[in-house]
Amino acid sequence: MAVKAHLLIRKGRVIDPASGRDEVADLLVEDGRLARIGASLDAPGAEIVEAEGHWVLPGLVDACVHLSVPGSGRAGDIASETRAAAAGGVTHLAAQPDCGPVDSTAVVRLIREQAGQAGFARVLPVAALTQGLEGHQLAEMATLARAGCIAVGQGGAPVADALVLKRGLEYAATFDLPVMFRPQEAALSAGGCAHDGPVATRLGLPGIPAVAESVELARDLLLVEATGVRAHFQQISSRDSLPLLRAAKARGLPVTADVSVHHLLLDESAVEGFNSQCHVIPPLRGAADREALLAAVADGTIDAVCSQHQPVGSSSKAAPFPSTKPGISGLDTLLPLMLKLAEDGALPLARALDAVTAAPARCLGIQAGHLEPGRPASLCVLAADESRTLSSHWLSAGRNSPWLHSRLPGVVKLTVCQGRVSWLSD
Amino acid sequence: MTLAPPPSSRVQLTEDGKLRHFLSVEHVSRSLLEEILDTAASFVDVGGRAIKKVPLLRGKTVVNLFFESSTRTRSTFELAAKRLSADVLNLDISKSATSKGETLLDTLRNLEAMAADMFVVRHQDSGAPFFIANEVTPQVAVINAGDGRHAHPTQAMLDMYTIRHYKGGFAGLRVAIVGDILHSRVARSQAHALNALGAAEVRLIGPRTLLPVDAEGLGVTVFTDMAQGLKDVDVVIMLRLQKERMDSALLPSEGEFFRLYGLTNEKLRHAKPDAIVMHPGPINRGVEIASEVADGPRSVILNQVTFGIAVRMAVMSMAISGQESSQNPEQGGEHGR
Repeated sequence: MAVKAHLLIRKGRVIDPASGRDEVADLLVEDGRLARIGASLDAPGAEIVEAEGHWVLPGLVDACVHLSVPGSGRAGDIASETRAAAAGGVTHLAAQPDCGPVDSTAVVRLIREQAGQAGFARVLPVAALTQGLEGHQLAEMATLARAGCIAVGQGGAPVADALVLKRGLEYAATFDLPVMFRPQEAALSAGGCAHDGPVATRLGLPGIPAVAESVELARDLLLVEATGVRAHFQQISSRDSLPLLRAAKARGLPVTADVSVHHLLLDESAVEGFNSQCHVIPPLRGAADREALLAAVADGTIDAVCSQHQPVGSSSKAAPFPSTKPGISGLDTLLPLMLKLAEDGALPLARALDAVTAAPARCLGIQAGHLEPGRPASLCVLAADESRTLSSHWLSAGRNSPWLHSRLPGVVKLTVCQGRVSWLSD
Repeated sequence: MTLAPPPSSRVQLTEDGKLRHFLSVEHVSRSLLEEILDTAASFVDVGGRAIKKVPLLRGKTVVNLFFESSTRTRSTFELAAKRLSADVLNLDISKSATSKGETLLDTLRNLEAMAADMFVVRHQDSGAPFFIANEVTPQVAVINAGDGRHAHPTQAMLDMYTIRHYKGGFAGLRVAIVGDILHSRVARSQAHALNALGAAEVRLIGPRTLLPVDAEGLGVTVFTDMAQGLKDVDVVIMLRLQKERMDSALLPSEGEFFRLYGLTNEKLRHAKPDAIVMHPGPINRGVEIASEVADGPRSVILNQVTFGIAVRMAVMSMAISGQESSQNPEQGGEHGR
């Protein structure tokens, strides 16, 4: 692992959504800390990074990454995937509890050790809410939090028993642990592989109706209100979920939400031709859902945008659509796709950047995603005016992405993660 | 944002619009569908000859790849291939390779190495034949013999043949398809074929639990009431109801289904006096259709089976010739240099 950085990043456009800063300035990293941001800084001995024409952003925070550990059935390992994160400007990522499952301190230790040795990104494990994610007995949440978990959750696994869930939330609230929910009612989604809409009807694909999400979200929100636990809802996919989130926030509940960037760019028509690269859970929904999700990100109903990174091997996608493994490998494309949304005018640039930096850090309750002098530096330098086809630059071991051969904006030149250089492009 | 164009819609056609696979009726032109029916007409007589063979597929190997068991469909494909003088290999994959852990991809690559010329594929997953034709063995002609809930194009075409045989054509025809539409690949393919061939109206009739969402997107009118749905139709197509629909809470009982949607002579009175009754088989007497109708004068169910062999012969011979012309364009003439 590299030594602590001593860098003077000169004349970049420094954009920090948390503070509203957007100006051309120098930025000094001293002994790994973000020392100063200002005009014409002088720093003898510091390595000079000429960033004129580039953007200097806080390191990205990705609230939903499915990491690859042995037994997870995914491609690559923690080193390969966090390297992809660093190359994409991501410095902090929340590892979902389904890699493992993360229900013992040994697993937490393994993840943190492997991430630490690789040194490409800060991996923040989310602990299982129930043992084995089975939805029956509570996991040792307090112990897991002490071992380094930042939240608890179930990944995609359901807790069918409302009593178990209520007690789990009460127990998490005891230790002020935030709970991450991915709402999808198990029976309503069983066997489904695509949005229950006109495309799935024509293709004869078993559907997952939008109400599978909203019915679970409604139940979860009522239990959140009853228990007072802090809650983060992941991967919202349906417009029917948005009024529920708005009402909960209006009532003052401690609730945040995210959406995957793919659901902001693609809809059910992307699975035409049985395109298994677009087989993802929750499924890509209708065009009206996609538009409503964009509006919800713009107005803050949805706080953050995540990669929903799920790397799988090529054989997992080489099968008839319903038999393929769901998921999109997303770390390589999170920032380019956000830039694309801003370029297309779908989101204001400031909000697009906020949604992958300061906002997810707030959702996760962590100190990250901003450029605040005095703190360990986590940032990236981006050539926003460059674009490229990602296939030959792809770093995740999972090449399962509908964007693999697309030309997308933005090339990350340098990433600094917690004071150390984690990525330097050649 | 547009992705790469979906490969499925054109993969089954050669550059000059001939059939090289038959995966779905959707996106196939009216003229090509009519060519299938006309070609089938020329094969109908073959079954009546003393020597029931034509040499169109002599020296070709047809592999029946059935990942889901089906005696009837497989036998008609086998018979069709044999009447075209092909060598036929029947593989019941559901019981062999995949149960030993071999992936679909590996199974197909092995068969390809045996120099098969055509795969007739039935699979429980929607889209499986597209996957095979697009990504595994594009140079082997693939005929979809039923995939998941998606498509069963040869069944739909034999139904079209039957309708044309009895009604003379499609103009002005009203056709009702009744029963478990949700799980039916046959209904989807029939709806596409009827619309492409110019039928006046395609109706789907069933309870809401057995109708897919946004069914109107298939180009149909949806009815939940049998009397209204059957009013003045020229053709009634009944679908088979699987027993397991009761277990998954889609229906309360066979008895209630039969009372509401089972085809009886009484309900058939709502249709036109000369309406014909069809069923892809095998029929469940007393569940979706009463014996009085199945064995009655309006039923053309057994003729469907006879026409099925001719239609499959037509599709197989057309696909083989399309594959050959796309692989050897010089011999095909139109692309010669």
